[in-house]
Amino acid sequence: MATESELKIAATLADGRLQEAIYTATARLASHRRAVVATDVLPDLEELRTQANLVKNHTLENLDHYLEQFEANATARGARVVWARDGAAVVEFLAGLVSEKNARLIVKSKSMTTEEIDLNERLAERGTEPVETDLGEFIIQLAHERPYHIVAPALHKTRYDVADLFTARLGVEREIEIEKQTKIARRVLREKFLAADIGVSGANFLVADSGTVVLVENEGNIRLTTTAPKVHVAIAGIEKLVPRAQDLAVFLRLLGRSGTGQPLTVYTSFLSGPRRESEIDGPDELYIVLLDNGRTRLLADREKRQSLYCIRCGACLNHCPVYRKIGGHNYPWVYSGPIGAVITPQYLGVTHQPWLPFASSLCSACAEVCPVKIDLPKLLLDLRAEVNQAQARQGRNRLERLAFKMWAWLMRHPRLYEMAGLMMPVVLSGGHGWIARLPGPLNVGPARAWLSQRDLPPAPARSFRRIWRARQEARGN
Amino acid sequence: MTERAMILDQVRRALGRTAGQAPAPAPPPRFRIPELSVEARIESLFCQLDKLGGKTCLAGSAAEAREYVAGLIGTKPAVASNASLLKECGICELGSVQSGFTDRDKLRAACAEAEFGITGADWALADTGSLVLLSSPAEARLISLLPPVHIALVPRSRILTGLDELLSTVPRPAELSSSMVLITGPSRTADIEQILVRGVHGPGEIHVVVV
Repeated sequence: MATESELKIAATLADGRLQEAIYTATARLASHRRAVVATDVLPDLEELRTQANLVKNHTLENLDHYLEQFEANATARGARVVWARDGAAVVEFLAGLVSEKNARLIVKSKSMTTEEIDLNERLAERGTEPVETDLGEFIIQLAHERPYHIVAPALHKTRYDVADLFTARLGVEREIEIEKQTKIARRVLREKFLAADIGVSGANFLVADSGTVVLVENEGNIRLTTTAPKVHVAIAGIEKLVPRAQDLAVFLRLLGRSGTGQPLTVYTSFLSGPRRESEIDGPDELYIVLLDNGRTRLLADREKRQSLYCIRCGACLNHCPVYRKIGGHNYPWVYSGPIGAVITPQYLGVTHQPWLPFASSLCSACAEVCPVKIDLPKLLLDLRAEVNQAQARQGRNRLERLAFKMWAWLMRHPRLYEMAGLMMPVVLSGGHGWIARLPGPLNVGPARAWLSQRDLPPAPARSFRRIWRARQEARGN
Repeated sequence: MTERAMILDQVRRALGRTAGQAPAPAPPPRFRIPELSVEARIESLFCQLDKLGGKTCLAGSAAEAREYVAGLIGTKPAVASNASLLKECGICELGSVQSGFTDRDKLRAACAEAEFGITGADWALADTGSLVLLSSPAEARLISLLPPVHIALVPRSRILTGLDELLSTVPRPAELSSSMVLITGPSRTADIEQILVRGVHGPGEIHVVVV
């Protein structure tokens, strides 16, 4: 019996339209990136990546210092810093704020960190569901789905899907022109922005030396979310710190280029505290939520700590042969692609979806494009080892371990190994595709899934050992 | 223990650090600031804006700048910021321009109706075609955001080579304003089928006038 994930993956692979959508979108994002990191336009790419890696490493190694420094500086600018160990603490805080402000409408900008804690669903249960304002996220929210991609959440939806959704959920005339669909979203969401009591955003960077929240975007919905309502709440994972605003000269350049192939995204906002006395507009109150939600656990592992360097550009997804086939919804959590395969087991436990670190060909394309130089293939290998150890402790992979033990034993006994080798031409004589037609006990469960995609060539009549020996003899030894 | 104490405690245990322990020295910031004449900066700024779908104008005088703006807005409603450059250029005297807002709600109502938002800019960045706007009594945030067209006037002396020069000129933006925003071209999205559409939530059209 195929598992639930296998069935879901098989459905994605069989969906031609979806396959084309994933393939084209990721290819386009990858080629946009290539155009702006080429040596003639960005000769110092490697230098920038190395610097980004060094700064992230340094910040995380001294994270307590930078968190406290950030808090002190943000507070001095009039912001209020809220610490939250998990999603429940964030929801408690926000629900409290909603009732304190008597808020009826929350507008929200795209944030993977809030996806992580199911913020919208949990606030909806408390009576106030935030309205997503990024066009892709707005579409996804109308469809009650999760983002398909870190930077392109509605990558799998066509204009026709959007037309259906808008007609069904917004009650507008069916419209299949993308430009007009965008206008509809602008009109609907503009009303929300102007009526909202609270704006909730994520954060791309937190600057320790000035208490500044930095946000990047293309649409302008983040600027509206953080400007129009009287209260702004920024929700940030504790790994978002950088020591100085000056460090952003490196990160901002890498983020836009790696994510969408833009030298800089359209809007980059440096927000330091709420509106000041003399300023005309901007929020009266700014809350910054510092969320742990498992990050301190990742921090404790010296080797895997580097998964916290991630700046969520999505480049590893666009270059991953696995993501490009199975898409974003077949990963067990909100993060997909290579970075998803690396951080999900660390947040949810390695035995939660043990197949995840194995769903990679270790081709290293992800490591080559990662702007902060996370060694993703190495981390996947480490996680594989952890999965195996955990399963051994649970006595789960006994058969596999036994097989490897026998193999190791055979390798240590050359004569027996050679005898086993002599039998291979007999065993492998079935011709093309024979392995998929293996009968009985060998061809069930996971073995069948594995065998159905693979084949072994017929074995040659003479083994390497025999050829070698014959050559040595011919030379007269 | 508070959530704060618990998180900081866990961070320290993960890192083997103690409260109050000084950090190792941070890697020095990395800047590359090219030597570039004002003419070359203007050329690069305009070339980048052109690629982004922005419009540009090099005004030799205040009168030329006003003429360009007047030609764009015609008699359509526009909101201008309180930047002194706009007053100097006589933008605020144009018939359909509202200016001098100090009240948030009135400003917002005007911006929501206006076809054009006219602002100054504290700097422009030559290598990316960006405008840099600090929120202040002279510059409200919404003028460059709500109207479908944004017109910005920048003095030619304020064109920096790029982000590196900006962040070495302004190492702590927090000291100047609650909001520093870099605007690089018109608002855009490619969220449906990766097709580029301009003007989602912010202005779909941007004009940069170098004075």
